[in-house]
Amino acid sequence: MSRVIIIGAGLAGLSCAVTLAAGGRRCCLISKQPSERAQSVLAEGGINAALDLMGEGDTVNEHFEDTIKGGVYLADAEAVRGLTENAPETVMWLRALGVPFNTENGQMIQRPFGGQKKRRTLFAKSSSGKMIMSALIDEARKYESRGLIKRYPHHEMIRLLIDNGRCTGARVKDSVTGKCADFSGTVVMCTGGMNGMFPMMTTGTTQNTGDALAAVFMQGVRLSNLEMIQYHPTTIAASGKRCLVSEAARGEGGRLYILKDGVKYYFMEERHPDLKNLAPRDVVAREMYFVRRETGGQSVMLDMTALDGKTWKNKLPDLRQEVMEQLSLDPKIEPIPVKEGIHYFMGGIDVDPFHRTSLEGLYAAGECASIYHGANRLGGNSMLGAVYGGKRAAGDILQSTSANDDTTEPGFEEAGENESFFEEAAPEFIKNVSDILLDCLGIVRNEDTLKNSLGRLDELTGGLSLNDREKARAELAAAMIKCALIRRESRGAHYREDYPERDESLCTMTSAEVSGGGAEVGFKQKAYEGAVL
Amino acid sequence: MRIEVVRRENADSTPYLQSIEYTPKDKNETVAFALDMINKGGYKDTDGRDAAPIKWEHSCLQKKCGACAMVINGVPRLACGARLREFEKQGTVRLEPLKKFPVIADLWVNRQVMFDALLKLGTWLESDAVMTEKNENTAYDASRCLQCGCCLEVCPNFYAGGEFYGMAACVPASRVIAELKGDTQQSLKQGYDKHIFEGCGKSLSCKNICPTGIETDRLLARSNMASVWKRLLRLK
Repeated sequence: MSRVIIIGAGLAGLSCAVTLAAGGRRCCLISKQPSERAQSVLAEGGINAALDLMGEGDTVNEHFEDTIKGGVYLADAEAVRGLTENAPETVMWLRALGVPFNTENGQMIQRPFGGQKKRRTLFAKSSSGKMIMSALIDEARKYESRGLIKRYPHHEMIRLLIDNGRCTGARVKDSVTGKCADFSGTVVMCTGGMNGMFPMMTTGTTQNTGDALAAVFMQGVRLSNLEMIQYHPTTIAASGKRCLVSEAARGEGGRLYILKDGVKYYFMEERHPDLKNLAPRDVVAREMYFVRRETGGQSVMLDMTALDGKTWKNKLPDLRQEVMEQLSLDPKIEPIPVKEGIHYFMGGIDVDPFHRTSLEGLYAAGECASIYHGANRLGGNSMLGAVYGGKRAAGDILQSTSANDDTTEPGFEEAGENESFFEEAAPEFIKNVSDILLDCLGIVRNEDTLKNSLGRLDELTGGLSLNDREKARAELAAAMIKCALIRRESRGAHYREDYPERDESLCTMTSAEVSGGGAEVGFKQKAYEGAVL
Repeated sequence: MRIEVVRRENADSTPYLQSIEYTPKDKNETVAFALDMINKGGYKDTDGRDAAPIKWEHSCLQKKCGACAMVINGVPRLACGARLREFEKQGTVRLEPLKKFPVIADLWVNRQVMFDALLKLGTWLESDAVMTEKNENTAYDASRCLQCGCCLEVCPNFYAGGEFYGMAACVPASRVIAELKGDTQQSLKQGYDKHIFEGCGKSLSCKNICPTGIETDRLLARSNMASVWKRLLRLK
């Protein structure tokens, strides 16, 4: 094996690359655009670690339990144990890279965040993701200067190279020249969430198209937990997308209400007296959906007017700027209308605690990997999952593979006429698939709509001559709907109004695999299958 | 309203102007949104030709990633931050690629020169960061740089390939200078001296233009003090 090939240069990709480089292993970092454009820069709220800097007696075990409970018992305990145990070390590493976490009296502080009773979330005002990215970008550049990381910053993986049931590399397209090259080596997918399955309807980037995930799915890689989509409770309308209003708004004291007969009804505080406005995101999003239905479609409002000037300046300055930019409203002086918006995908490529996928030679980390978050992700655990996951994958690669001194540059050549997965999916097709998914994979789901949607998808694809990417997209969409169908219960982000209770027998993630005639879905028999420990 | 785009098939072809009549459906629509709508098809230009997919870089659509920097009615800014209603009175929006960077096609330029500058300067920490109350805000502001290139576009002293690397190099360097240990990383400081301090004419047009509002003058002053006047100890 030659260099390690990392696809995606956000938090997970960078973390993986610098860990490999620090271990003396060469890698290439392949991304459609430079790291500064990655979705990770949008992350706002912070990163969790049981450092107990606030003196509340917080422990790793409580972080573990909150995460498992927040994920409603779908995530693998061993993996979450690794995540939460290593969180303090991970954060201290970022600190050493110069991330300017907020401090008070010279010590880092932690803020309260959704689904957690103790203050565990380290943050850098309201731009935590950008801050961590800047530090990691600089660190990666250090290794780039030493020849250990080679960047391909306008390049797209179009498919994996598979030989005898093993992943041997990836086929990469240079978007400037249109030429393609075969890269050989161990591959680490860090391609982020499948936002592009719902264009303009998520808080993410236009670049996470879902194409990479769909391609590897078609190539036989097992996915899991596809029905678990996180609707963030507080998003606002922006030109061309949903814009995130960080959970930090509520962490610092923001309150949700709706007008019921002209009176402010603080529904989260009334209905969930323990965690109130900081209940897990799926709980809040669902309540918002219900109260809107109960009040004939009033807007849910987020009231941050009681926050003091110091809090705005030191903890939420970018959030305030964003709201003013998008809504022309100042959240400091008036409540703002918020709505749920697709924000995160708990499911994706199925991995074991070492981030190995069902295909030998292929790893996955970050949002594209399905492992830590179960049926609902806690705020602050995404950045942790990405940074730790990248490191973990790198660690396993360093341990289980050996370096190769071959540094031949792959040769880029004109793509053949029938180059697979080369041609992009048509925007209209993408929108049609998205409309079908939005209909049936909302906050409230039921059997009829899900089945209808499968039928509509069949109808849509039946009459058309589709290219590889379009076929893959349709197959992935079908798998998502099928996973939602077979989970005949309500759990976390997946709420079935026809099965509103939890079914304890369905306590494992769904899985999806393409074989022969299309996507097959089922429940994983155990937490991870086929992993060699 | 009319959207004019300076188009170009590739680096070697002749640029041409394409004018497209576009009606925003929403008062909040941005230039980025309009470009996306046009690219989704169904628009013809004023000569009756298809307004074929216009190449431009985009990612976050909310002024946080720097991808969509371009020249809009003569001013370099982010397309996702330019609302069409700003141009209602004029009736025309002209979109051009950033001029200081080589064009790949249409509004898509190659900004690699910015990243190369950072590689050459060595803007990274060689040892653990020293974080204190005094450098926290500097580190925060400096970490906000989008690497969009707008500052370089308006800088009277910057040109690609020149010795002066511009504010886009100064900002990330400022984070590292603020956080590095004592008297280490002399080569970064020397590089800063040669490639930032010496070439900067202090016009501060960078401060005016920065889409994310970085206080470039403050960072410049602080980094000058640390790198050039070597008053480092006082600042930690």
